[in-house]
Amino acid sequence: MDHRRGECAINASTSPPAPAPSGAPAVELRGITKRFPGVVANHDIDITVRSGTVHALVGENGAGKSTLMKILYGMQKPDEGTIAINGEQVDFHDPGDAIARGIGMVHQHFMLADNLTVLENVVLGSEKLHGIGGRARAAIREISDAYGLGVRPDALVEDLGVADRQRVEILKVLYRGARILILDEPTAVLVPQEVDALFDNLRGLKSEGLTVIFISHKLGEVLSVADEITVIRRGTTVGSADPRGTTTKQLAELMVGSELPSPETRESTVTTEPLLTVQGLRLAGTDADGIERIVLDEVGFTIHKGEVLGIAGVEGNGQAELVEAIMGMRRPDAGTVVLDGRDISRAPTRQRREDGIGYIPEDRHRHGLLLEAPLWENRILGHVTERPNSKGFLIDPGAARRDTERIVQEYDVRTPGIEVTAASLSGGNQQKLIVGREMSHLPKLLIAAHPTRGVDVGAQAQIWDQIREARREGLAVLLISADLDELIGLSDTLRVMYRGRLVADADPATITPEELGSAMTGAASGHLEHDGIEDR
Amino acid sequence: MKKFDKERALLAIAAPVLAVIGALIVTALVLLATGKEPFTAFHVMINYGDKTDSQVYILNKATTYYLAGLAVAVGFRMNLFNIGVDGQYRLAAFFAAAVGGAMSIPGIIQVPLIILTAMVVGAVWAAIAGVLKVTRGVSEVISTIMLNSIAGIVIGYFLQDGRLGVLDKNANMVSTKPIPSGSHLFNFSTGGGAVDGFIVLAVVAGVLYWFGLNRTRFGFDLRAVGRSQSAAEASGVSVKRMVITSMLISGALAGLVGMPTLLNESYDYGTDFPVGIGFTGIAVALLGRNNPVGIAVGAVLWAFLDRAANGLEFEGYDQELVGVIQGVIVLAVVIAYELVRRYGLTRQQRQVGAELAAAAAHKQEVTA
Ligand SMILES: Nc1ncnc2c1ncn2[C@@H]1O[C@H](COP(=O)(O)OP(=O)(O)OP(=O)(O)O)[C@@H](O)[C@H]1O
Ligand SMILES: [Mg+2]
Repeated sequence: MDHRRGECAINASTSPPAPAPSGAPAVELRGITKRFPGVVANHDIDITVRSGTVHALVGENGAGKSTLMKILYGMQKPDEGTIAINGEQVDFHDPGDAIARGIGMVHQHFMLADNLTVLENVVLGSEKLHGIGGRARAAIREISDAYGLGVRPDALVEDLGVADRQRVEILKVLYRGARILILDEPTAVLVPQEVDALFDNLRGLKSEGLTVIFISHKLGEVLSVADEITVIRRGTTVGSADPRGTTTKQLAELMVGSELPSPETRESTVTTEPLLTVQGLRLAGTDADGIERIVLDEVGFTIHKGEVLGIAGVEGNGQAELVEAIMGMRRPDAGTVVLDGRDISRAPTRQRREDGIGYIPEDRHRHGLLLEAPLWENRILGHVTERPNSKGFLIDPGAARRDTERIVQEYDVRTPGIEVTAASLSGGNQQKLIVGREMSHLPKLLIAAHPTRGVDVGAQAQIWDQIREARREGLAVLLISADLDELIGLSDTLRVMYRGRLVADADPATITPEELGSAMTGAASGHLEHDGIEDR
Repeated sequence: MKKFDKERALLAIAAPVLAVIGALIVTALVLLATGKEPFTAFHVMINYGDKTDSQVYILNKATTYYLAGLAVAVGFRMNLFNIGVDGQYRLAAFFAAAVGGAMSIPGIIQVPLIILTAMVVGAVWAAIAGVLKVTRGVSEVISTIMLNSIAGIVIGYFLQDGRLGVLDKNANMVSTKPIPSGSHLFNFSTGGGAVDGFIVLAVVAGVLYWFGLNRTRFGFDLRAVGRSQSAAEASGVSVKRMVITSMLISGALAGLVGMPTLLNESYDYGTDFPVGIGFTGIAVALLGRNNPVGIAVGAVLWAFLDRAANGLEFEGYDQELVGVIQGVIVLAVVIAYELVRRYGLTRQQRQVGAELAAAAAHKQEVTA
């Protein structure tokens, strides 16, 4: 044990977090160890979280952050170690026990029932608080307004995008009146304004004496909101950092031992050959309140070979529907989609994939993985008709397995083997597997929705490099991301989507995240700079 | 790594064995409660079930159970609960018998034709539920239950003297016209009676089931839908089409259930044609965990218990006892699988922990 910590501590300040000056710490984890088949997720972890602070937990993908928090939330039992809440030793058997102690958790992957409404999801399990009817609805509205979450109680969760679902998860925890909040990557798909609003709320909560444990790969956020930072590496605590005296660069080095990457890409590889031309895409839908709403309104654009087209926008403005329309998962009411000179407007999803569309979905659990299936079967998913996965009508398990090994190697997917289920990978590693799979088929067009969601800074750089490299070979990319740095850094062309329309465009070379951010609220339209190309 | 796998295989067998033992214990308690001595009863069951004629009976019964189990399992693999296997096989066997009785062509053509008829009828009947599900969103559980009783009514209507049935004055029974002897399926005669030749086709069906699901693109798509409908859809599977296709396959397999009886034993469909095998198929598929070999084991076990029930009756025990055992087995299986799964997980974790601790100790020695 000791030698392990020793070898990791070279670049860490190993002084343990200072004990709380007064009163018992809100959370005290001592010697927590948790093993899964083939891996040790947590190894003798000690963490002290002082009451009334925001405590950040950072570390590379698969470091064991989510596992540790699931243990604190009673979802998993530690093999060794003790938990003390407010100075009192506890033994949780299920999340119910943890909730009773005032602990609430927002999971990295949402735990909402798809076929229920927001209201039903929120009251589920806490029916005693405000009942299940009007009073509960009022309470939800109140919290939603107080924290600017914009949650609609009667919307069906199935119809919500990832950011909306994230907000519902946050609201659910607040609704239950948790005093210790665990937030596992709550900002992964939120745009900056939403992040700011959330952080304001966190500060508010803190001043009311609540304790927040916060996991994120966005180091800038961590530094701005946290009072204390604990770094986890390979399942053990390797050090702590004081946010006041630390830069993101130092923090990144502490986490992964490498420098903070930047998505900068200034050399242009854009050609004049159009690869994807979308014209007049229109889609109407009814929202939760039964009101007819135009989801996609005359959307049209062209992506050339070697070009990355970034779409900025607050989630829920039609991005998901646009992606699904291009993938053939949703039939638009009007409009055409032309891929590399061929009209694929009516082609089924499988054919579009065979024609060379790679797809990194925004919700990896819903659209990207078979959680109960082994990794090598997940490598086949979406490309079952292509080599090396199949020959003729038969699956080729041998070749698929070998290629999975390759992806695991090349994309640094941290896993004990390729026979484990996708569910047993950490969130970021699941994402790397999906990116590896999609890039392996040399797509002509890559539809990437939040491609680095939940991925640590090291792996993020790698994914950006891969996209850039493929772009040089003529890959066209439709990029949707809540991370404005990523969006500006990777894109050759930027469009802003608002209420189902592409309302503005911008030149990524000159625009700032702040300007882009305000355009996303619908404040601006047309071209966002003085010089440059005309809107559409 | 090899050793690891062997232990996993042992664990896989442990679950059903545990289930059966658990069921026997519960049955023993039931017997004790009714004031009977359990061990003689078990003794009777085993002795009776072990006789050669019993073995033949068990094999033949198991053949039909096996096919029913496969039919149900296809649905299970994609989260469809086809309760309608019962109606599907009965309707299929009935029309196949009618077609068989109406013709007199060489067996080499007629037998396949009869089998094909059965598969088509079964498939169509099952597909109705599939179509209702994708177009109207009707749960297949409900529609197949309805279709079961409708199948019974359809058979009742046609199985009348003057329609498709013939009245046997002596036995006072209606049945379809018998299939000509040229179109009877071969069988294997043994000391204890004839083993249905259809058992060969059942084995083939089992192999095709395994191959189709695990080695073909189509099977991959089907299993993907079973695991996550949304992910399958995004991967390019048309879920609606898959629902209908898998119902067609499930129904076609169900069509085979009545064939051993029709082509090897009764040669016609009468009012005494066996019923309820579709429901047995559900239990057998559960018992075998949708695995073709597991289903075979489950089918044989079920057939053995059926047979043992007869033996018990001769000895003055209540025949229903076997019903109790069968019911408890299904419950016990569900519990046992969960227990074994959890045990396997903790065992592996302990192993990993021990290995790592050993490695750490070793490393320390080296560095020291
Ligand atoms: N249910 C499980 N079964 C087996 N292994 C698991 C399971 N859950 C997590 N693991 C493993 O435990 C390790 C830690 O995973 P964890 O999810 O805690 O990582 P993380 O720090 O949250 O990473 P990320 O930043 O990618 O979300 C990983 O190696 C993962 O593969
Ligand atoms: Mg995680």
